[in-house]
Amino acid sequence: MIPFEFDYYKPASIREATEAFTLLDTAGKNPVYYGGGSELISMARLGNLHFGSVIDIKEIPECKILGYDQDNQLVLGSALTLSDICESKQFPLLEKTAGRIADHTMQCKITLGGNLASTLIYRETVLPLLLVDSKITVAGIDGVRDFPISQIFEKRLNLPKGSFAVRVSTKKGMISSPYFHIKKTRNEKIDYPLMTVAGIKTGGQLRIAFSGLMPYPFRSVRVENILNDTNDNSVRAMEVVNLLSDKILDDLNGSCEYRKFVLKNTILNVLDTMKEV
Amino acid sequence: MGSIGVGQTVIRKEAWEKVTGQAKYTDDFISNDTLTAQIVTSTYAHAKIQKIDVSSAASLPGVKAILTGEDYPILFGQLIEDHPPLAKGIVRYYGEPVALVVADSAFTAAKAVAMIHVFYEPLPVIGSPSQAVAANAPLVHEQMILYEIAQKDIYPKYNTNICDQKKIRKGDVERGFTQCDCIVEAEFHLPQSDHIAMETRSAQARIDASGTVYIKTASQSPFNVKKIISKVFQIDQSKVIVEVPFVGGGFGGKAPVQLEILAYIASASVGGRAVRLTNSRENDMVSSPCRMGLEAKFKLGATRDGMLQAVQMEYLLDTGAYSDIGPTLIKAIIVDCTGPYKIDNVYCDAFCVYTNHPYVTSYRGFSHASSAFCIERMMDKLAQKLNMDPAELRYKNALRPGCTSPTQVEITSSNFGDLNSCISKLQEIINWSEGTRVEVGENKIRAKGMACFWKTSNSPTDAVSGVFLTFNTDGSINLNCGCVECGPSMKTTAAQILSEKLKMDINRIHVNMDVNTKYSPEHWKTVASMTTYMVGRAVLRAAEDVIRQLSSLAAVVLRCPPEDLEVAYEKVYVRHDPSLFLPLKELVHGYKYPNGNSVEGQILGRGSFIMSDLNVLDQETGKGKSGPFWTVGAQAVEIEYDEKEYTYRFVKAATVIDAGRVLNPKMAEGLVKGGMCMGLGLGSRESFSYDEEARVQDTSLRTYKVMHFGETPKYLVSFVETPQIDAPYHARGIAEHGIIGIPAALGNALSVAVHAELDELPLVPETIWHMKTGGIL
Amino acid sequence: MMFCLQGKSLVTINVNNDDHELLIRPSDILLDTLRDQLGLTGAKPGCQNGDCGACTVLVDGWPVKSCLMLTAEAVGKKITTVEGLKDAPIQKAFIEQFAFQCGYCTSGFLMVCYALANIHPNPEDIVIDEWLQSNICRCTSYEEIGTAIRSVLAGKIK
Repeated sequence: MIPFEFDYYKPASIREATEAFTLLDTAGKNPVYYGGGSELISMARLGNLHFGSVIDIKEIPECKILGYDQDNQLVLGSALTLSDICESKQFPLLEKTAGRIADHTMQCKITLGGNLASTLIYRETVLPLLLVDSKITVAGIDGVRDFPISQIFEKRLNLPKGSFAVRVSTKKGMISSPYFHIKKTRNEKIDYPLMTVAGIKTGGQLRIAFSGLMPYPFRSVRVENILNDTNDNSVRAMEVVNLLSDKILDDLNGSCEYRKFVLKNTILNVLDTMKEV
Repeated sequence: MGSIGVGQTVIRKEAWEKVTGQAKYTDDFISNDTLTAQIVTSTYAHAKIQKIDVSSAASLPGVKAILTGEDYPILFGQLIEDHPPLAKGIVRYYGEPVALVVADSAFTAAKAVAMIHVFYEPLPVIGSPSQAVAANAPLVHEQMILYEIAQKDIYPKYNTNICDQKKIRKGDVERGFTQCDCIVEAEFHLPQSDHIAMETRSAQARIDASGTVYIKTASQSPFNVKKIISKVFQIDQSKVIVEVPFVGGGFGGKAPVQLEILAYIASASVGGRAVRLTNSRENDMVSSPCRMGLEAKFKLGATRDGMLQAVQMEYLLDTGAYSDIGPTLIKAIIVDCTGPYKIDNVYCDAFCVYTNHPYVTSYRGFSHASSAFCIERMMDKLAQKLNMDPAELRYKNALRPGCTSPTQVEITSSNFGDLNSCISKLQEIINWSEGTRVEVGENKIRAKGMACFWKTSNSPTDAVSGVFLTFNTDGSINLNCGCVECGPSMKTTAAQILSEKLKMDINRIHVNMDVNTKYSPEHWKTVASMTTYMVGRAVLRAAEDVIRQLSSLAAVVLRCPPEDLEVAYEKVYVRHDPSLFLPLKELVHGYKYPNGNSVEGQILGRGSFIMSDLNVLDQETGKGKSGPFWTVGAQAVEIEYDEKEYTYRFVKAATVIDAGRVLNPKMAEGLVKGGMCMGLGLGSRESFSYDEEARVQDTSLRTYKVMHFGETPKYLVSFVETPQIDAPYHARGIAEHGIIGIPAALGNALSVAVHAELDELPLVPETIWHMKTGGIL
Repeated sequence: MMFCLQGKSLVTINVNNDDHELLIRPSDILLDTLRDQLGLTGAKPGCQNGDCGACTVLVDGWPVKSCLMLTAEAVGKKITTVEGLKDAPIQKAFIEQFAFQCGYCTSGFLMVCYALANIHPNPEDIVIDEWLQSNICRCTSYEEIGTAIRSVLAGKIK
């Protein structure tokens, strides 16, 4: 039960969506774009979020694309559910990542765009996208534009007001890079991450991104530089821990010190398993 | 064709209703004229209520009433009347109901709740039992001395936070320790946690023009709801009618009365209109009662050969802000405080203490899963120090006929069973002899730990049950009993016992699935694994009653002495010549002679049961008898531990339980396995965490974790059958017991694997890492 | 034309193959609509937060937690609730394997199992685990539920 009223709009095109947003915004109807809705509904029920109207983007054709474009890029619509992405088996690392977010039934509702734009600190689907230099197509009042993920995602998806993510495009070559994905939780498999670490190896170099370690997901070139130098594994692992240590989360899922321990182990694990790849 | 009798697997009677969505639970009864109530809860764990501003909420269209503690300045409680239904003047735990909204819809109610503003003045909090008993601790209840005490054996210490103390003094503990070659000591800290029955608590109330109160509720204690509503609001018991449909899991959490009172005052505030009040999961976890926390200090000693000589222990039970059943929980602890072991010198103090945590109530195992963790960890510590196999230590000391319990009840084969057979069988099925710690390579260790349990009940000494039997004209039977169907299949068990006694197809026995206090005979409460025993005894009496009536009527018709007749297979027949018989259907509504003359009338059976020879425990020594028998068993957990990561997974969990007699094998196995699964949850992940202000942090299933599919071990369940001679077909209660020793067995297995003393719960990898490394990277 | 609901509106929802015309608020939750308006109380409000799975229904054949779906989103979809199962093998399997006790989580588990058997008739164990980890049962050990779904997948129960 959501203890307030709002209006519901389900546009059939990008243009209808952005126009509706402008109109509703001007009319003081406090609109939000609506993907899977699971987060909006649960936050609204608890009174942590209030909105006057929702614009459900799930019927916009561009948001439902799943396939390759003429540039041989994998295009994934933002309204695809995590389950759609997993079942399609097109992007192994993203499949692995999406398959460990919430539980399977929730994956049938949570959308790619919804997870990227989540207000929670985890946004795990961004990890693969950060690693493979995906492009995000954003629709706003002034039209549709592509952004490199690194430009538009800094801690969170920084969308201009009134705009929404339409799709994510990724070069085919990057998708098939060797990868790793390690999600650690407090104890229960279905849980927010104590930390999720995802990475790929491309051109002989490791790339790595994290969720749950800090209050936002990130890819770190400085960590990658450490990983890609030639020091002893345990030295490199400690360097990573030391580099990140002052921003590591301390919460109910795990203390900061414990996260450091898990991080060190995980880095060692990654260095070991990715050595021969 | 169904089956006849006990000892074979029977499908539960309501099975098809439950797989088609047709089984109705309290909140499934929805009608358009029912109003919705919702509670406003405290955002502080301890604070003065300065002001509750309901003005804007009250003016919302559709809001029918808003109530606060000022409207109903009453106190209730099953043992100590310390509990206002809505906080008045002060809140004592985070989540405590402070106001109640009644509105025309759930939507309006939720809206109004969000518009009520409560202003608080925070007070210092009591965040643990040891804080509660510290010198100069603030008092959670400053006026405890004014509270009415509803039961005889409660011993509060006024002007402290101790609302009850219970003791065992047996033998001479000081001398006992002087005889010891080996003594181990330890302290334990076990957190509160929650029942998480899948159905949240729910109640509906209405009051008709005659003043009769109708309450429909998800309760394990409909008759107690009747008594408490009657007492608190001074309404004749005959005018309080409580109905309980299917209950979606109880685990003890639905034994107390809470929402029923709120639903009643909600209805009373709107002229008796029907009102429904259903907990959100968040409220169900913190506003309604949860599972006890426990702190304990232990000293246990034995001679060189491992014979236990003396034990001294002190328990502080965290009852939270209100006492509810806390005093009986400490009684249950002391009654079984030695574990199922022979110790002649026992000194035990158990204190039930108020804190600013959510209040607690009964929970599967009734304190035993917590106390067994302490005792069974102690046994492993002792075994280690003695360099003895933990299984051997337990086997050597297991209680047996001729010994006495901590409350000085004599142990017999019937009232106790055969623990040593359980231990031996457990060792077999878990392959104990391969070793309790085996390195399996790649930093992995396979480790096993075990624990024994025993549990008796702690009902009032006059707890009752009853059964009515009526017949349909086709000879089939209607069985009416007052126990609640909350999962363990007790209604089907009742039918099975009757089927055995009358040698009758179980499909011809129909049981009322709901309970209605107006027409169901009273059954104390559906708790304490006592239902099979109590209802079963009543069923047997009722069966004898109808056998007597049928035989006496058939004797007239068949012209033979009634004692020559047998009732079985829906016939009454002459024992020495079964060809002389009458079908039941010709007798059950009276017998009609060929000329139309009729005699007798309906056969109406009744069977009643009351607990006998139980007594109140002596205040100073604890001497006395609290329950009719124990159920004992032995359990083990095998884990695979990762030495590098401090993580582990479950490999196997095993239980051997002395069931007396297994009535419904697959159901019995399911109950035990379900308990084990819950025990693994308690051991590995379940607990409440609090912030510094004693506010519970894990208030949803997003962060409060229970076991899920696929994380479970291979379950091994085996039974020993030592007859409990006064129980129906010798069957002991087994519904709770699967949980009791599992957290301890897990703690023991992990302690062996890790080479560390793991005396806390839950055992999450971080805890293990911290205990093993001191938290150093 | 953009589909929109402003304030209380009439919509048509297809549930268990029947069209129902209902007056709803755009903020109404599917679970509440099913229970309060259609009387389909098989889906249960175990947490209303997407954590327990007791409210699971099928949306175009896929399991979805109806507590985290707006009724408005169901327009144009086919919703199946436990009441829509007619002698599905999984129902019988749950009974035979004692895969429930109190029965409160059962509808949700049945819907997940039913969808799994339809969508992935020959799943690997890990897939069974992933799908069924979406739900909580507090009475059984889950082993019984696992046996039930496997017996259906193996075609042992028709």
